Amino acid sequence: MPALHYLNNRYKEVEELTVFLQQIINGLSIGSVYALMAVGYSLVYSILNFSNFAHGGVIMIGAYIGYFSLTLLKVPFYIAFIISSLGTGFLAVAMEKAVYRPLRKRNAPFLYFIISAMGASIFLENIVIASPIGPTFRTYPPIFSTTPIMLGPIALGRIDLLMFVISAISLGSLVYIIEKTKIGLAIRATSYSIKGSTLMGVNVDKVIFIIFLLGGILAGIAGMLFGMKYTVYPQIGNITTKSFIAAVFGGLGSLPGAVFGSILLGIIETMTSGYLSSQYRDLIAFALLIFVLVVKPTGLMGKSTEDKA
Amino acid sequence: MSWVYFSGILIMSGINLLTVLGLSLLTGFTGLFSFGHAGFMAIGAYISATMTMKMGIPFIPALMIGGFAAMLSGLLIGKLTLNLKGDYFCIATLGFGEAIRLILDNIKYFGGARGLPNIPPYTTLTNVVVINIVAIIVLVFIIKSRHGRNMVAIREEEMASQVIGIDVFKYKMMSLAISALYAGVAGGLLAHYLGYIQPIMFKMVKSTELTIIVIFGGLGSVSGSVIGALLLTFLPEVLRSFYEWRLVVYGAAVILIMITRPQGLMGGKEFSFKGISKIIKRFRNKNKDDGEVKS
Repeated sequence: MPALHYLNNRYKEVEELTVFLQQIINGLSIGSVYALMAVGYSLVYSILNFSNFAHGGVIMIGAYIGYFSLTLLKVPFYIAFIISSLGTGFLAVAMEKAVYRPLRKRNAPFLYFIISAMGASIFLENIVIASPIGPTFRTYPPIFSTTPIMLGPIALGRIDLLMFVISAISLGSLVYIIEKTKIGLAIRATSYSIKGSTLMGVNVDKVIFIIFLLGGILAGIAGMLFGMKYTVYPQIGNITTKSFIAAVFGGLGSLPGAVFGSILLGIIETMTSGYLSSQYRDLIAFALLIFVLVVKPTGLMGKSTEDKA
Repeated sequence: MSWVYFSGILIMSGINLLTVLGLSLLTGFTGLFSFGHAGFMAIGAYISATMTMKMGIPFIPALMIGGFAAMLSGLLIGKLTLNLKGDYFCIATLGFGEAIRLILDNIKYFGGARGLPNIPPYTTLTNVVVINIVAIIVLVFIIKSRHGRNMVAIREEEMASQVIGIDVFKYKMMSLAISALYAGVAGGLLAHYLGYIQPIMFKMVKSTELTIIVIFGGLGSVSGSVIGALLLTFLPEVLRSFYEWRLVVYGAAVILIMITRPQGLMGGKEFSFKGISKIIKRFRNKNKDDGEVKS
């Protein structure tokens, strides 16, 4: 029966297409959260030229602040978002003041910045483990029903939708700040040359303050979204390493690059776990990192930096 | 404190020390920063354990093979990434270390995530001490040689050393290869001491802990690394109740060191009896001067 055979094949094709689209959507939602995290790395890199590894710790703290404001304070979720993003914004700024500013004032080599960032990230992760909060996994209280919204055969998780929408809004506001406001102009100028913009009357300390504040706020939002989708535990920093990979992938120091790299990484990840095996997901992310570094170390959209003697 | 327990800690600090020595050459003397040394340890551990368990090769050659395997992978990763700027190199080592762990997680031959049990316990205090002494002597000779001075020149000013004709890439490769060799041998010793190995032992935290020891001891000081490795392996053992807070204190200490005393404990200086006698002499002279003034 050739007709039935044909129909059967058609059906399979449609099913495969649905699975494919489903993976793309899942990839977009996780990729958008990676983008929120990656932007924080890129913002700092664009001005200070070092990778702020402590950003992962800030994201983790954001997830915890969100968790405790939902469970202990019992506030609605949008207020929890505000609390956690303010908390992490404050934390990031405090870290800049305590850790990086003394180094900056001394014109320390970039190695010292990375080492301090690493120290700060170890500090943040382990202070949570050693404190009464402990290393246990915690689940956010259910905020939305888990029944997905059906778009034809494609299931759209409510949390996935929220992740995507909130990330898009936050990234949009960030782009607005950087492209349209005066402080954004200062940020862009400083990223070209710290010395030059100082001469032009830009208060570099203030710009760096704003950079860490913006990165911190986004980290809080990202941490909470991540906690809502999965669980909260002190080693969330390991996942944020992947957002860092995404930032490298798109080109460190470039914001569109960070967003693009994140979305791409999110899609590649869901594709790997969908079609290969979820065991290979992280392996592929790290292999990709090395591959990108070898082929095009400045990333897909990175600015090329030269060593000035 | 029984002798078995005490020698156990000594062996562990010896194993840490061996890796730290290699890392000291890379970070302290050449100015490259690695997040992936646990990966080299893992390669050394798995290769040498397979050699003794499945191929029946004696312990010392197996250790050497493990070390050389780590060195080869170091050369490979160096060839690919060492001509990148500093920051990108340490990102690449991060990717390398994690990729090694995840690959080992998925290889059935090596027992996957459950690890490799029943490794014969060949590591003793004697061979750890002997290997460490040999390692320190070799390292000191390298550092004192022309090659070592070239590495220090690269650390101080890469551009300038390139201009005066130092092959920067070659010396970075050399430094990375030697430090990977040390880490590989240390991994082999670790496997034959514990009797089992798992990929999870070689997480990024392990790499960062090793780097912290180097920083703590002092960048550019071999004796600083020795003191750092011994101190930071002993302290958490002695203060067991402090164990959970260990890494918190490490993190804070690293930041403090960077802000106040970036040269670390020894500050680029070496421990020597000559130096100590000099300090004592200066002290004595001071006293004498004081005495003279009084009289």
